[in-house]
Amino acid sequence: MPQLEIRDLHCSYGAEPVLRGVSLAIERGEIVSLIGPSGSGKSTLLRALIGLNAPSSGEVLLDGQRIDYRDRASLRSLRERLSIVFQQYNLFQNMTVLRNVMIAPVSIQKRPRGEVETSAMALLEKVGMAAKRDAYPDELSGGQQQRVAIARALALQPQILLLDEVTSALDPERVKEVLDTIRALARDGITMLIVSHEMAFVREVSNRVVMMDQGKVIEIGEPQQIFTAPRESRTRDFVGKILKH
Amino acid sequence: MLQRILTEAPEFFSTYNMLFLLEAAGRTLGMTLIGCSIGFALGLVLAAVRGSSSRPLAPFRTLSIIYVETFRRIPFLVILFIVLYAIQPVFPDASLTLIATVAICLLSTAYLSEIIRAGLESVPQQQLESAAVLNFGPLRTLFSVVLPQAWRVILPPAVAFAVMFIKDTALASHMGVVELTFAGKIFVERGFSPALGFGAILVLYFALSWPLSRLGVHLEKRLAAARNP
Repeated sequence: MPQLEIRDLHCSYGAEPVLRGVSLAIERGEIVSLIGPSGSGKSTLLRALIGLNAPSSGEVLLDGQRIDYRDRASLRSLRERLSIVFQQYNLFQNMTVLRNVMIAPVSIQKRPRGEVETSAMALLEKVGMAAKRDAYPDELSGGQQQRVAIARALALQPQILLLDEVTSALDPERVKEVLDTIRALARDGITMLIVSHEMAFVREVSNRVVMMDQGKVIEIGEPQQIFTAPRESRTRDFVGKILKH
Repeated sequence: MLQRILTEAPEFFSTYNMLFLLEAAGRTLGMTLIGCSIGFALGLVLAAVRGSSSRPLAPFRTLSIIYVETFRRIPFLVILFIVLYAIQPVFPDASLTLIATVAICLLSTAYLSEIIRAGLESVPQQQLESAAVLNFGPLRTLFSVVLPQAWRVILPPAVAFAVMFIKDTALASHMGVVELTFAGKIFVERGFSPALGFGAILVLYFALSWPLSRLGVHLEKRLAAARNP
């Protein structure tokens, strides 16, 4: 049984359909990357999965259980198992680094503060931000904020991590530090669904790559196959353009 | 005129008169503080309801909009008399001060709600999304994430409103509430020179509102420092 299964998912912004029947199954521990041109629905798919854009039809099954996005309890339990990291980091501006990481485990998950602090510091250590535990987000660079955001998402001990263009807002020299952090996570075996424009990184880190266009899945394959021998012409165009520049 | 003030001064600055003035000043300050505190609390509720997207709250959202838009359009003096004539038949013993305070609360709720709403809306949508995916409930999102970031936008106009209100409570004198302006009129009616009577009132109004303005400036600075040490 796949850990996450998406069946014929549709989603629209107002009258504009953004996802037009996406199906995808992800196994436990797998790292799957979504690629495709802007507006192809990659980010929308992640946002739909975590319930920020409610799907208009289709099914999402987590560990074989159907998620009801209109039901609070179902949404709550979904968000205990899925975590997302945003392109713009979205750290709470009024809280220090450590509090950003600790607030949900302590206040929402009601785990003991001492235990949470230990694991939060371990996570900050892992993303190389332990020294900045008392800093506020606006004192940090984009790359540093993004690493804290990753620690915050992991503090919830999710089973699946969604990464939504986490390096797109960063200066080129900051991209590497964030990618290194994700590489380290990949080795830990957490399931990840990644939207990224960093093709070299996608190729290196993913088990499978999903090519999307106009709200649909065009092709799914191993990175090697997608980048060197795409079956679909749409994938060939996209990969060819990306790899040329 | 100076001659007249000097001759009247010893009689004017009697203990009795000073106590009377202080009591009036206390009433002005008390009505303002109670009005603004209750107005802030209720205004926050209205602003939060108006900003929420929850479906069960939809009718309250409409009510909140109607309340705010109505009360912001009625002159304060009219609200005072509406409250007076609405309360007196039901509670004949209600004091004029209480009635004026109720009117002040009604008005300040409407104005402060708009000030708070502007503050809440200044917080980027992404902060709310972050809170949502971390499973924050609406109240926790409001108090842990939105309000702390909205203070900087809310505080300056809220303090300005309170300072303005110290002066606007003068309208309650029309109804017979013995606040500062009423005290001034009484002194003039008792034969003191208007320069002396209203001069004293002027000094007291200033003494009440200036510290409040300073407090506002101080809080603004501290808030700015707290987020960006």
